[in-house]
Amino acid sequence: MNITQERRWYWMVALAIAIALPWCFYNFAAGKQSGFSVTLLSEIGLLIIFALSFNMQFGQAGLLSFGHAILFGLGGYCTAHALNAVKAADLWFPIELIPLAGGLGGLGFGLIFGYLSTKQRATAFAMITMGLGELVTAAALMFIGFFGGEGGVSTDRVIGSSLIGMDYASPIQVYYLIVAWGFICIYLMRLQTQTPLGRMANAQRDNFERTQFVGYDPKLIRFYQFVLSGFFAGIAGGLFVMLHEIVTFDAVAAQKSASALLASYIGGVGGFFGPIVGAIVVVLMQSGVSLLSSAWLLYLGTLFVMMVMFAPGGITGLLTMHKPIARIGRLGDLVVPYLRILVPAAVSLAGFVLLVELASFTTIGASQGKEFKVIGFALDAGSPVPWICGAAILIIGGFWLKRASRGFASTWNALMEQAKREGGVR
Amino acid sequence: MEVFFVSLLNGLVYGMLLFMLASGLTLIFSMMGVLNFAHASAYMLGAYFAYTLSLYVGFWWALLFAPVLCGLFGAGIEMYGLRRVHKNGHVAELLFTFGLALIIEKCVQMTWGLLPVPYRIPPTLDFALFDIYGTQFHAYRVFMLVISAAMFAAIWLALTRTRVGLIIQASLTHPEMVRSLGHDVPKVFTLVFASGTALAGLAGVIGGNYHTTDPAMAFTMGPIVFVVVVFGGLGSLLGCFIASLLMGLLQTFAVVLDYSTADLLKQFGMVVSSTHPMAELLNVPIPRIGALLPYILLVLILFFRPRGLMGTRDT
Repeated sequence: MNITQERRWYWMVALAIAIALPWCFYNFAAGKQSGFSVTLLSEIGLLIIFALSFNMQFGQAGLLSFGHAILFGLGGYCTAHALNAVKAADLWFPIELIPLAGGLGGLGFGLIFGYLSTKQRATAFAMITMGLGELVTAAALMFIGFFGGEGGVSTDRVIGSSLIGMDYASPIQVYYLIVAWGFICIYLMRLQTQTPLGRMANAQRDNFERTQFVGYDPKLIRFYQFVLSGFFAGIAGGLFVMLHEIVTFDAVAAQKSASALLASYIGGVGGFFGPIVGAIVVVLMQSGVSLLSSAWLLYLGTLFVMMVMFAPGGITGLLTMHKPIARIGRLGDLVVPYLRILVPAAVSLAGFVLLVELASFTTIGASQGKEFKVIGFALDAGSPVPWICGAAILIIGGFWLKRASRGFASTWNALMEQAKREGGVR
Repeated sequence: MEVFFVSLLNGLVYGMLLFMLASGLTLIFSMMGVLNFAHASAYMLGAYFAYTLSLYVGFWWALLFAPVLCGLFGAGIEMYGLRRVHKNGHVAELLFTFGLALIIEKCVQMTWGLLPVPYRIPPTLDFALFDIYGTQFHAYRVFMLVISAAMFAAIWLALTRTRVGLIIQASLTHPEMVRSLGHDVPKVFTLVFASGTALAGLAGVIGGNYHTTDPAMAFTMGPIVFVVVVFGGLGSLLGCFIASLLMGLLQTFAVVLDYSTADLLKQFGMVVSSTHPMAELLNVPIPRIGALLPYILLVLILFFRPRGLMGTRDT
């Protein structure tokens, strides 16, 4: 789909939602923004840019990187140093443009790391980026001058120079800065997919030998794509520094790279907009579920593995699968089958969650002196009864789900057949 | 001199431990094209299983059963997980094992807690076997060396002398041809995957009490094993062996050589002042670089020779 054909109002609505969202959590009683939700929304914005820049490599160019965070983190370090330099020299430099320092930093390091890694593709590329990621993480702890060691580099975003007279003392202003940069970056990245480079990146992902045959150099295409993606990752890193006013080695570490990977894959790497959905899911799990459970990483990991096994297209892939059926106007026929599989799915999920929570309670929760409660009832995690219940619910739910999904598959296949006959499949 | 000998032996022990992990991974990687991220998790599981088993049946039975458990676990993963993902390509398989490694780490944290477990060297092996220049050499290290050498011999014999081994060897270099000759390649895959994870488990059993047994052990060991496999080259057990010993020795020697580049330059009469722009880089002592060396080697070898030291195919 061409970007000019893409209806403009999508972008407008998305922008309006992004602007309005913090006010949905406005605390009218206290007359101020809820700090938690503004930070949460800012984190979502950051991860959206970061995951989209990751997807420029993974989704668009087929380059699976295990060290994407180095571009993000190094962009962050560059921004922190730029911010400190501006403050120390008492220069007038609009703070809105400071994340650009991160972008340029990401671009610069992208040139170096891209040169080293993009000669290879597929698994070799993944290994090189993993090695580079470990290298930079270790270097970040070793060289105090640039990285500040374990304490990281801290900075102060209130430098008193702005294009539009904001001081960025409050988080909500930083959120709007992230929204502004986010929309610019997303739009540019979207445009990039339409450029010859973006198209050739897709081509060399699908068949690099044929790309060579046509007369393009796949290595060069990968290199350009890597460097550009470094620019956007760097901007995300710069905004990260603006938000937290500190950058430590965590920003370059493998965990950060993994979060981009998880967000992109869960959202769907096939299309452009998948990572946005994925970023929202991942941050909500990171921040939301982690409040309720110490095992959120397990849930996220399980979701990821489930996606890899059953829905390689991610969430957006699952949604687009419904398009042919929607075109022939039979989406309503799926409601009942969906309910039929959602019930056993919910049952198995409940069993799984109960087991996981029991396990995490016995090792982690109990030491914190908490009580194990399910919907208000206190359970004794030491006795075998809740364990057996959990396992029974999980197994029964699993078998039920397996049976129900067979029925669902037959309805689905019948509808797809019909869609094919009536020209719903394009 | 004594430092040299002790480090040589320690490096050998560490290298052989690496080889036990890497040999399984290299077989899996060469045959199936899957870089198994969960391999180091099997190493961790081996250590934890051995810890729990040794509480009930003692170390020696744990030494036997923990790898078997790991092998069964690996077979399950291959049959019900990897095989399903296989049709979506190598990247999907890689991501599957990556997600699995995350899950296993978290599960281990939930089952055995966040802190290291007190998994100890068995008392029967807890004595100094001999002295080298006044430094005691622990019997357990010799035991590790013996076990890993025996494993090396066993793998070697199994691969070169048995029929299954020959099929595996053929699948390493010509997987398509083996398939078209009518061998049940998926079954061979399962066998290799299971024995690979069992080997990793065994490495965990004997390495877990030598190092520490904590939930982070998979993520500290994992990348190094990858380095060994990629460095050694696809489809080459010998390359894997050389790479393991090289990494083991390199890391052990890096720890004991407390010098920096600045010290070297001093020998030639150049003094690096602290104001020099490269001062920080030049003053880093080798022990701190030691952790970096494997990754530097990895990046260099993939950049210049993507098929690895003795590999027969590109990665």
